[in-house]
Amino acid sequence: MRAALKIGAVAVAALAATLSYVVAQTTPSAGQHGANPELPAPQRGLLPDMGIAEPAGWDGRQPTVPQGWTIKAIATDLKIPRQTLVLPNGDILVAEGRGGGAPVLTPKDFIAGLIKSKGTTPVKGGNQLTLLRDADGDGTYEGRWVYAENLNAPYGLAFAGGKLFVANQDALVRFDYVAGETRAAAAPVTVALLPSAINHHWTKSLAADADGKFLYVGIGSNSNIGERGLAMEEHRALVWQVDAATGAVRPFATGLRNPTALAFEPGTRQLWTVVNERDELGPDLVPDYLSSVREGAFYGWPYAYWGPNADPRVKPGNDKKVQATVRPDYALQSHSAPLGLAFAQPGLPAPFAEGAFIGLHGSWNRKQPVGYKVIFVPFSGGKPSGPPVDFAAGFQADGKTMGRPVGVTLDPKGAVIVADDLSNTVWRAVPAR
Amino acid sequence: MHAVIAAAALPLFVGALLADLAYSGSFQIQWINFSSWLIAGALLLAGLALLWAAVDVLRRRPRGGMVYLLLLLATFVLGFVNALVHARDAWATMPTGVALSAVVVVLAAIASGVGLAGWRRRAA
Repeated sequence: MRAALKIGAVAVAALAATLSYVVAQTTPSAGQHGANPELPAPQRGLLPDMGIAEPAGWDGRQPTVPQGWTIKAIATDLKIPRQTLVLPNGDILVAEGRGGGAPVLTPKDFIAGLIKSKGTTPVKGGNQLTLLRDADGDGTYEGRWVYAENLNAPYGLAFAGGKLFVANQDALVRFDYVAGETRAAAAPVTVALLPSAINHHWTKSLAADADGKFLYVGIGSNSNIGERGLAMEEHRALVWQVDAATGAVRPFATGLRNPTALAFEPGTRQLWTVVNERDELGPDLVPDYLSSVREGAFYGWPYAYWGPNADPRVKPGNDKKVQATVRPDYALQSHSAPLGLAFAQPGLPAPFAEGAFIGLHGSWNRKQPVGYKVIFVPFSGGKPSGPPVDFAAGFQADGKTMGRPVGVTLDPKGAVIVADDLSNTVWRAVPAR
Repeated sequence: MHAVIAAAALPLFVGALLADLAYSGSFQIQWINFSSWLIAGALLLAGLALLWAAVDVLRRRPRGGMVYLLLLLATFVLGFVNALVHARDAWATMPTGVALSAVVVVLAAIASGVGLAGWRRRAA
């Protein structure tokens, strides 16, 4: 009897091993993605790999969307739109601005700044919120107002408990929103100050839990990999939990290099984020990622990446931190720069009914550009369940770049809103009825 | 005269080497920031001297000028590579950076010596 059990156990183990081998072999290789991405050895030549977007006008072209969908610009000539928010009455708020301005410390900072600025808009950031309204529901947003101005590089937006929360690059502020208003009645109230010294990664992403008790703020690192000194990284590269009533803050999860968007998965009420990982380790390292944000978890930056893979550039290193590094849930192509995250809502046509829309701003640290599109990662039971598919593409053509997606938002009326900070446009994609 | 400019690059290269050693020992980032700027300044001076020396050799072909020119060229090229190595982030600069800094200091010292000797000969 015991021998038979043993043989059975061995057979089951062998079958499992074979199965997992087969599954691994048949995983589609459409770019890096999923729970077990390939991690090539780090590499860096004398110069980092570079491919800077060369901006061009749309000239009648527009992004491509899946069959059965249409897309159109609902607002143009904005002042660098980043993230959007759909208010309860259907109005759309757009956060506009450009933050940062980290001091030049090395000749490299100076030169890299010049090169990278070529791939972005020359427009001056608005430091404002624009409100768009489609009063008659025909899909054209004929109403446009400046809802609030004189903000400081607003980025993250959230609506909870009847209040509007805005994450400026230096503070989380609150507006007492009144339904239907097109202009804030009063200046915002500061809920909590946010770390803003240097602000190498200046964007402050934001999400609110269902009852509006806690807000979650994503705060990026102050460097690529600690080259401004580790002392500059206090309160950086993490997600803060903020008590909406008192403004008290505490780290919720750490080691997240640049968590540029936060959103709650609607089925499980679990917080998720997209993170921009480190540069200058090669074209396919380190994968950016989509991950649930586990309370208290350490995701590696700066000491390690994708689990306990030490980054030799960080001195002094920290073996304990390397070993404590958890693996994120789902890799996205290295350097594709996810900046937008929104979960699907029931009612969208297949295959977009359950999953995450992700805006990929696009790469610089790679000769062959990646990103520059909006992808969709299908979910099942609150977890990623397959390879990503393109949702909105065609932001590049003939070696030129017409647009760069940032924030992605779901409109409960059944539309996907995409902010584009290169052509300063807000796009709206809808399924045909 | 260009030999004097070339010689002026030497203390900057020496400064970069010292800063690299300080970073290697302390991991204090500010030291490689110093080092990066010192190398950039040294390259500016060495580059000027190199141009001038090249024009000199083409025009007058003085004896020993060719050796000096080649030494200066080697200093500049390796110095430039060193600048690119120093443009890597944090510890990625090391240990290549400090090794190159040391080699460049030796090259710059010899180039300056040869160049200044030529200058003294001509002045005498």
